[in-house]
Amino acid sequence: MKKNWWKALTVILLLYTGVAGLLVPVPRLAILNETIRNLYFHVPMWFGMTFILIASVYYSMRYLRNPTPELDIQSHESAKIGIMMGVVGLATGSIWAKYTWGTWWTNDPKLNGAAIAMLIYGAYLVLRSSFTDEQQRARVSAIYNIFAFATAMPLFYILPRLTDSLHPGAGGNPAFAKYDLDDAMRAVFYPAVIGWTLLAFWLAQVASRISLLKLKVYEKQLA
Amino acid sequence: MLKDFRLEWRQRAALNGMLLYVGSTVFVCYLSFSLRGGIPPAPAWNALFWIILLFSAVNAVAKGFLQESRGRMLYYYTLVRPQAVILAKIAYNALLLLGLALVGLGLYLVILGNPVQNVPLFVGNVALGALGFASTLTLVSGIAAKAANSNTLMAVLGFPLMIPMLLLLIKVSKNAMDGLEFEASQSSLLTLVALNMIVAAVSYVLFPFLWRS
Repeated sequence: MKKNWWKALTVILLLYTGVAGLLVPVPRLAILNETIRNLYFHVPMWFGMTFILIASVYYSMRYLRNPTPELDIQSHESAKIGIMMGVVGLATGSIWAKYTWGTWWTNDPKLNGAAIAMLIYGAYLVLRSSFTDEQQRARVSAIYNIFAFATAMPLFYILPRLTDSLHPGAGGNPAFAKYDLDDAMRAVFYPAVIGWTLLAFWLAQVASRISLLKLKVYEKQLA
Repeated sequence: MLKDFRLEWRQRAALNGMLLYVGSTVFVCYLSFSLRGGIPPAPAWNALFWIILLFSAVNAVAKGFLQESRGRMLYYYTLVRPQAVILAKIAYNALLLLGLALVGLGLYLVILGNPVQNVPLFVGNVALGALGFASTLTLVSGIAAKAANSNTLMAVLGFPLMIPMLLLLIKVSKNAMDGLEFEASQSSLLTLVALNMIVAAVSYVLFPFLWRS
């Protein structure tokens, strides 16, 4: 129980996000109206994705220093969870865009950047599947993982800031930024970010455990 | 490191092939546009130019690692530090792409007309692009060379990684075409330089691990 307190925290925070996120009153902004509640679900996905990808890169770096199958599995599963969070983030954003902008997808730097970053990580999965030798696969994909992270992050955090964008938080649009949130929203938003991020780590942990067990069963069969 | 560079230079048999590749691509573009009479509109002109450069860059750099025989790799391995190898490869590829890009640009300007108003900015931008492509693609080709289906992998891994760079490049070259003053593209150019430096530094750090296998 001592080690698992953060899982209980995840459940509590996400329950709170689900209930409070849908029920607590939100400020009335033109066009956005009730869709502003997407803030509690869409934005934390990107936070969770960034943190879990950082964890993945961290495991990759540790793998390069000290090659063990555990570290490879951890980095791979974290990257997969990161991709999943990204896809869910794109989906929630797309649904939101349908109701506020009237279209599923527009040609916007933030949207395109996110989509390209997903492509980069898709290439990571392709790269992994094209090796037969396990050690070589682990090392080369660890190298690519670090390289991909270094080129994908500017897409998220630098390039969109340089251009005007339709997306909230840029170009004078009503923003989900600090100055637009009122205290009631903040009280839900920050726990939501923490909750979803913890969920990402929990998922990655469970997934790595399963892969590790599979590996052990496989080795036992070989022996 | 200089020696390694010379080793690279010696096997430049592919260079003429690449020049011909760029030349014929430009000519094909010209022919397909001439069907509709004359030069393409400015945005299409710009996009076409960068697509030609992108594909010739991928083709040219892919040769770097894929053509190396196993024996020669081993020979390099005993001879020099891995950092020297990656730096030499990047330098060689940068020069190669720079040459290709400038020749391609020359041909392109002659055949498809010249809508560029700020030529020095455009050329500088092309040079930066060649550098950036070289530093990104060199490590990618090293990675792809290790895998089974390396030619497909080269494109799959390389294209998404180059898109951030490409977006900035296209923006700056559009500015140069419209004849905007230097200040308009300054921040994009700085970001481009920073991006190049990040990619080159990461390649420099990571390559020794790749080299070991």
